Amino acid sequence: MTAPTAASTTAGCAAPDQAAPLPAGLDLERETVITGVVRSGAGEAVPGAYVRLLDSTGEFTAEVVTSAAGQFRFFAAPGDWTLRALSRQGNGDTTVTANRGINEVAVTVTD
Amino acid sequence: MSRDTALVSAEWAEKNLDAPGVVFVEVDEDTSAYDSGHIAGAIKLDWKTDLQDPIRRDFVNKTQFEALLSERGISNDDTVILYGGNNNWFAAYAYWYFKLYGHRDVKLLDGGRKKWELDARPLVTDAVTRPTTQYAASEPDTSIRAFRDEVVDAIGTKNLVDVRSPDEYAGRLLAPAHLPQEQAQRGGHIPTAISVPWSKAANEDGTFKSDDELRKIYGEAGLDDSKQTIAYCRIGERSSHTWFVLQELLGHRNVKNYDGSWTEYGSLVGVPVALGDEPGEA
Repeated sequence: MTAPTAASTTAGCAAPDQAAPLPAGLDLERETVITGVVRSGAGEAVPGAYVRLLDSTGEFTAEVVTSAAGQFRFFAAPGDWTLRALSRQGNGDTTVTANRGINEVAVTVTD
Repeated sequence: MSRDTALVSAEWAEKNLDAPGVVFVEVDEDTSAYDSGHIAGAIKLDWKTDLQDPIRRDFVNKTQFEALLSERGISNDDTVILYGGNNNWFAAYAYWYFKLYGHRDVKLLDGGRKKWELDARPLVTDAVTRPTTQYAASEPDTSIRAFRDEVVDAIGTKNLVDVRSPDEYAGRLLAPAHLPQEQAQRGGHIPTAISVPWSKAANEDGTFKSDDELRKIYGEAGLDDSKQTIAYCRIGERSSHTWFVLQELLGHRNVKNYDGSWTEYGSLVGVPVALGDEPGEA
């Protein structure tokens, strides 16, 4: 049992920097990380896209904004998820069946 | 309150950027978004460093709030237009806070930063400074703020609305899924709380759904508007969004935000906790 720290209870809910490395001490035996890059139809990375994680019933679970290199990252749970990206270049979605550890997913947005 | 008094559209905002007596304020937990580009003339408030007490787990008191607004150049008579990222979560929290300290004219920008960006409306990086003011806050209006004992007493008697995602409600996740799941408190929800995720109230571009759609969502979820309502989430900002919908858009008169939320309740010793997708028994 880990003792609660001030950081864990005062940290807010804002989405962290999507280009930052995975937090030190992150337990990948336990965490289910869903990560990837949003690209345009022409294959270019799309920075500043809004990526929404929807659960198996289609309900919103979280949203992040992609980094300069188009990256996004979620800490989810094993199961079926939908990723939906909104951007000025258009929107797109894709589904993933996630397992514990790192799950790489690509999302393409088109007009 | 109603949509006409509590909300402005992006179109209105763009036409009123230079209007006298109107102050745009971007509110975020991470203000690097503001620094990379903000609405012209907008000042920034940092949810954590400006609005939270640095020592105790509480938000800033009346004196601290007065000092903050005076220093940032906001007057009692200004119309304050709040917007931010994360679908306006932190802007809605600040809105609740401005109301709590008695600011007369405060509104949210519908869709917040996301809609503004997706619409490709202009953002600037100019530094913004406003002349200092002498801001006078009212005593905190606790008719819109719930504390933990009141929440425990509300089990089975008042409406409790859990606005987190279904997986957080059920105890399958302990935090929103863009954050690591390393939390010490118990998972689950307050017994008898209904689950109405905040996101049900918003379109995917971050704007609020219509009043008719909103009434239908809370009606079908079993919210009895003849009773008092307490909304909560993890730290009180998503529930500010729902508080805004119920009290400021739909005009309910008896809604409180429990800003201690799950990080407080889920760490209390001896209180009941319900697991799974059903509200559970009192």
